[in-house]
Amino acid sequence: MDSLESFRQEIQSWLEQNCPVSQRQLREGEEAVPWGSPQFGEEAQQWLDRCAAKGFTCPSWPKEYGGGGLSKEQERVLRQEIGTIGAQVPGGSFGTHMLGPVLLELGSHEQKLRFLPDIAAGRTVWAQGYSEPGAGSDLAGLQTRAVRNGDEYVINGSKIWTTGANNADWMFCLVRTDPEAAKHDGISFILFNLKSPGVTISPIELISGASEFCEVFFEDVRAKAENLIGEKNKGWAIAKRLLQFERTMISGFGAGPGGKRSGKKKRVAKVYRAMADMALQYQPQKDGKLANVTLRDQLTQNEMDTICFTLSTKRAGEEAKAGAGPGHTASMFKWYATELNKRRQELIMTSLGSKALGWEGEGFEPHELAQTRAWLRSKGNSIEGGTSEVQMNVIAKRVLGLPD
Amino acid sequence: MALALTEEQQILQSTAREFIAANAPVTHLRGLRDGKDATGFSRDLWAEMAKLGWAGLIEDEANGGSALGFGELAVLFEECGRKLAPSPFLASVVLAGGCVRAGAPAELRNPILSGVARGETLLALALDEGATFAPYAVTAKAEKSGDGWVLTGEKTFVLDGHVADRLVVVARTSGSSGDRDGLTLFLVDAPAKGLTITRTTMVDNRNAATVKLDGVAAEVVLGTVDQGADVLDPVLDRATAVFCAEMLGLMTEAFEHTIEYLKTREQFGVKIGTFQGLKHRAAAMFAELELSRSVVRETVSAIDDDGPDVPTLVCVAKARCSDAVSLIAREMLQMHGGIGMTDEADIGFYLKRARVQELTFGDASYHRDRFATLQGY
Repeated sequence: MDSLESFRQEIQSWLEQNCPVSQRQLREGEEAVPWGSPQFGEEAQQWLDRCAAKGFTCPSWPKEYGGGGLSKEQERVLRQEIGTIGAQVPGGSFGTHMLGPVLLELGSHEQKLRFLPDIAAGRTVWAQGYSEPGAGSDLAGLQTRAVRNGDEYVINGSKIWTTGANNADWMFCLVRTDPEAAKHDGISFILFNLKSPGVTISPIELISGASEFCEVFFEDVRAKAENLIGEKNKGWAIAKRLLQFERTMISGFGAGPGGKRSGKKKRVAKVYRAMADMALQYQPQKDGKLANVTLRDQLTQNEMDTICFTLSTKRAGEEAKAGAGPGHTASMFKWYATELNKRRQELIMTSLGSKALGWEGEGFEPHELAQTRAWLRSKGNSIEGGTSEVQMNVIAKRVLGLPD
Repeated sequence: MALALTEEQQILQSTAREFIAANAPVTHLRGLRDGKDATGFSRDLWAEMAKLGWAGLIEDEANGGSALGFGELAVLFEECGRKLAPSPFLASVVLAGGCVRAGAPAELRNPILSGVARGETLLALALDEGATFAPYAVTAKAEKSGDGWVLTGEKTFVLDGHVADRLVVVARTSGSSGDRDGLTLFLVDAPAKGLTITRTTMVDNRNAATVKLDGVAAEVVLGTVDQGADVLDPVLDRATAVFCAEMLGLMTEAFEHTIEYLKTREQFGVKIGTFQGLKHRAAAMFAELELSRSVVRETVSAIDDDGPDVPTLVCVAKARCSDAVSLIAREMLQMHGGIGMTDEADIGFYLKRARVQELTFGDASYHRDRFATLQGY
């Protein structure tokens, strides 16, 4: 038996003993509760703690930083086995998927020791301080100022669309440290505690009725200078690197449940079987088929696109097995996945007819009301994390090499 | 199943690419067209390809083949697709050859297939009767006569039928048009009495023949009488899969060519690739191309693994490639502006071939309908 196979068996028996039964199912949409939030359950916490103790929340990070120290192959086996029992790697967050990889690449040893173990163990919840009210897609147009004062930076300004800021402990933030420099040259990347004096956080209500985003205001907020990552005024390169990790996370590539390929295939088939069943339930039938041939065609097309997309992320993984991080194709995946999801939501709305148009109260089933909100929420997919238009510009320039 | 090319496949790819670039660039097809070549392809070129082992790539070693898989076959079709290289590869080796491989009695099978593997014997499949792909919509009739059968009917769009030494003819032995049961596959010698084969020249300068069967005697049945679909269906799926690889080659080349043009062509004093209106369309094409490549790779590896999901994957691959090849060929023409309209540029060759590819073995709507039916929607 080769060592990978014995590793697999070891993982299987560890999972059998340590993964609570309640955690052996994927939670999506409204069921998915971010860890660290008040709704996060006891057994979920237990599962997180047990994984963290083994370094399984960040399997390929070095052990000294709270990771599992696993090879890429071992990490794949771990994710496969976790996927096979229907669970997911717990503690997935901005910390594990975005800040962590950036610190590993670009942080100093002290900074890694200071922040990574807390991220891996799920002790700190991180928020991203990127977008500003006046600068959304034009990220480099940011105005939040940080002025050096002794061992500290004093920060003034505001951020918007900060996911989960009201539930976060720390922020990784882009600040302008040289207002005289060219747009991209005066930006720095700094970390600070959101509980600091001068921070005000207010949630933003969305068209879906939810409010997972916040606006955050800084008034003379003090951040330790040692928590500036990389060089002062050279933060833009770090910002861009982090965006690649973010796009990867949003498109679900690399951050998904990581089940075996057949598992992923089955999941796609299951989702679309449910969509088709729903359409058959709400729409007229003819000979057991959807009578509306246009809807039938669109459903099929959407399923086929999803299959091709899933295969493409898988292929990218196989082709990058040399160990390279996500490149600019992350932009393609981010763009395609979010546009595909919007089309899917529109199709489900069409399938449900007027039953998808409820807001609250009598006359609608809970899943029908949830659908209305999911449709509204999906509109943000192609805006957050860089709009579709920005992604397409990145593909054209970075992947295809088209001129500016 | 592998989505990325293996090292061996990469080597095969680069040798094939070099060979095609040297021997069958688009000017080769143009020359055949301008010279009004009687066969529409070069027998010498096909002989060279056979010498390289292409014609016998998936054939058993006993019959002179290399016993490789569809993953390798797809690599070759992709390279042929890039330069629109015409040859009887698909018709002879994969399509009709596949029917013989699956259904011929052993004493015939091996001599015929070793001839195919040497590139000496050419085969074609006579299936279609109408203007769209509908493999069970067969009305050509086969009636028992003594020890053999007599075939009557008319077939259209018989790929490379005009040069075939033998035809595989799909005829009805029972049931009515549209039924899966009642189809039978017959092997017919091309010079048989009562058989008229008329070459048609297609828009892409490739060849598909019209075949008239007027009391043609056929002695050999491939597979079982009335159960011909059992032989035919997997062959059609496999042929469609490698044909998708050919489409992938066409769209890859067309895409790369177009991107190169966007980088060099100037209008309004700047490179046209700086225009966001074109950039975003280029990005959209890139996604179509990448998604097509993934599903083609998956489909051919599923064939080599004999996976149960081959039919559904073939539907996904053909629908996806039909849409993508159409988009990319149309955008190629549009983005090249007036140049794209001229015969002097090769762009028209790509557009024309793409339109034929879109339709061959069923267009996107055919395969979405088939997929939905397989899934029970």
